Amino acid sequence: MPRLFCNDLIRATQLMSFVLVQAIVGGLLLGAVYALFSSGLTLVWGMMNIVNFAHGDFVMLGMYVAYVVYTLMGGGPILGAPLATLVLATVGVVVYFALIRGIMKGPMLAQILGTFGLALLLRYSVFWWFGANFLSMPPNIVGGTYAFAGLRIEASRLLAGVVALLVTFGLHLLLTRTSLGSKMLAVAEDATAAQLMGIRPDTMQAIAWAIAAGATGLAGALIANFFYIVPTVGETLGIVAFVTVSLGGFGSVPGALVAGLLIGVIESLSGYLIGAIYKDIVVYLLFLFFLWFRPQGLMGKS
Amino acid sequence: MRRLIWLSVIAAAAIAYPLLLSSPFQQRLGALVLLYAIAASAWNIVGGYAGQVSVGHVVFFGCGAYAAMGSYAKFGLSPLFGIPGGIVLAVGLAAIIGVPTLRLSGHYFSMATIAVAETMRLIVTNTEWLGAAVGLSGPTVPRNIFDLSFLSSLPYYYLFLVILAITLFITWWMTNSRMGFYLRAIRDSERAARSLGAPASRTKLCAFMLSAALTSIAGALYAMMFGFVDPESGLGILISVKILIMAALGGAGLLFGPLVGAAILVPLEEISNSWLGGKGAGLTFVVYGAIIVVIARFQPGGLLSLFTRRSKPKSDTGAGHAP
Repeated sequence: MPRLFCNDLIRATQLMSFVLVQAIVGGLLLGAVYALFSSGLTLVWGMMNIVNFAHGDFVMLGMYVAYVVYTLMGGGPILGAPLATLVLATVGVVVYFALIRGIMKGPMLAQILGTFGLALLLRYSVFWWFGANFLSMPPNIVGGTYAFAGLRIEASRLLAGVVALLVTFGLHLLLTRTSLGSKMLAVAEDATAAQLMGIRPDTMQAIAWAIAAGATGLAGALIANFFYIVPTVGETLGIVAFVTVSLGGFGSVPGALVAGLLIGVIESLSGYLIGAIYKDIVVYLLFLFFLWFRPQGLMGKS
Repeated sequence: MRRLIWLSVIAAAAIAYPLLLSSPFQQRLGALVLLYAIAASAWNIVGGYAGQVSVGHVVFFGCGAYAAMGSYAKFGLSPLFGIPGGIVLAVGLAAIIGVPTLRLSGHYFSMATIAVAETMRLIVTNTEWLGAAVGLSGPTVPRNIFDLSFLSSLPYYYLFLVILAITLFITWWMTNSRMGFYLRAIRDSERAARSLGAPASRTKLCAFMLSAALTSIAGALYAMMFGFVDPESGLGILISVKILIMAALGGAGLLFGPLVGAAILVPLEEISNSWLGGKGAGLTFVVYGAIIVVIARFQPGGLLSLFTRRSKPKSDTGAGHAP
């Protein structure tokens, strides 16, 4: 009898740990996507000291672009992701020249209102056009699940996680290893000095906006396959990006990467352990906790 | 002197309005304008004068609304008894948000207010005791006058007018006190203000708590007028948006800015809702978003700053913010 009980216990623990590992892997894969779009926010924030309150809505827009591309042309994420990246990068440049350049040196009220108004404009234009219903991508090329050592991983999540991880890493290399990256960092450091050295701050900042918005477009297209597509999703994702950036310290892409993965895991575990409705609350509370005790972020300097 | 004449003309017009334009629609419209003007004026204290843009002000609005409805639904008391409770809740929450974030750059404050508002909305939506997604209702049939449940909008109109007058008086008194000077100094340059000995964090926190208290009163009044509160109408981020955009459109940091903003936007929304019906729901906020972007880009001081700038160049009431 005791032996039987013992076996049951072992099996239960095994099962439990499998589910836990499953939750952790799922969290890491989603966290990589969080890291990808958050590194866009951190880039713009670190470089221009502007916080884009519409950042989450850019991701939402990427999701809808992927959805529209799929319903019009098919092809799944393989066609949708590059197109969403391009469309959003264009949106980023347009937003930079039409809005950001004008409010960048203005009062803080104008900066916050400007990007916040942009968020509303995007969110409710999509709401008006597509309605408030939840959409989901029809089954496409990237379907099915892989079984690996007892874990079951959806192909779309795996693709999203791996691509996001690679692109975020590539972004880090771009900023630290190329001359374009050095120019952008020079503008971030001191725009006037950079201009005296023959770098155009305007061009560099427009490129930064293109990269930041392009990253959100890619992230949106990648998660469109398994996330719920709804106009208000940008609000939650925007807060996630903000938590990630304040956790990783601003301006730091590696910080955003670590923080994004961490938040993905925390969210997924709390969804599994406490309940799905509380996972957003956990992330928000984590953010407030960090504001209280370590506002410079995990890796930031005090 | 000219100011005094203008003020009495405006006051007389406000008192006479529901008697001259006496259809129920017009009276209700008037009451709603005043209600939003109260909330936007309260926001103006922290958003306009202190320059700290709260995007989650609805959380204080919700404190008041839930406290008022809760005192009826849970304890059978008049909703009026909930008002002090709502104020205490709102001020406490303001302290929790404000103490850590007001020391940091303004962006943190804005984001923290959103996060708190969303957290509260999610928690309340999942709390059975607070009515979950259905919300709480007030008295359906008034037991006595203290239930403040009227069929006509007229009593609400005058009640809101009195509260608005008090709110504006408090704001005016604050701007002319030591605190008001501190606030303007901090808004223009926090570093300079600090180095001259202004207690920046404490002053901003005081402004935030005062603003939270007044917003919670607005929330209680809203719940009394509509007779119920649910997570969307009491804690939805869109209420924050309305409050904020009214103050910004009229002129953040100007005494009458929020009133002007409310007088433009509330009729706009009511009329577009009655014209477009359900289809207009999204469109209204598209227009709101566009208005905020345009104001932020071209006239960050709001509409009223156009006039202040002309009559008083270099005035200290916010026009300095216009480009």
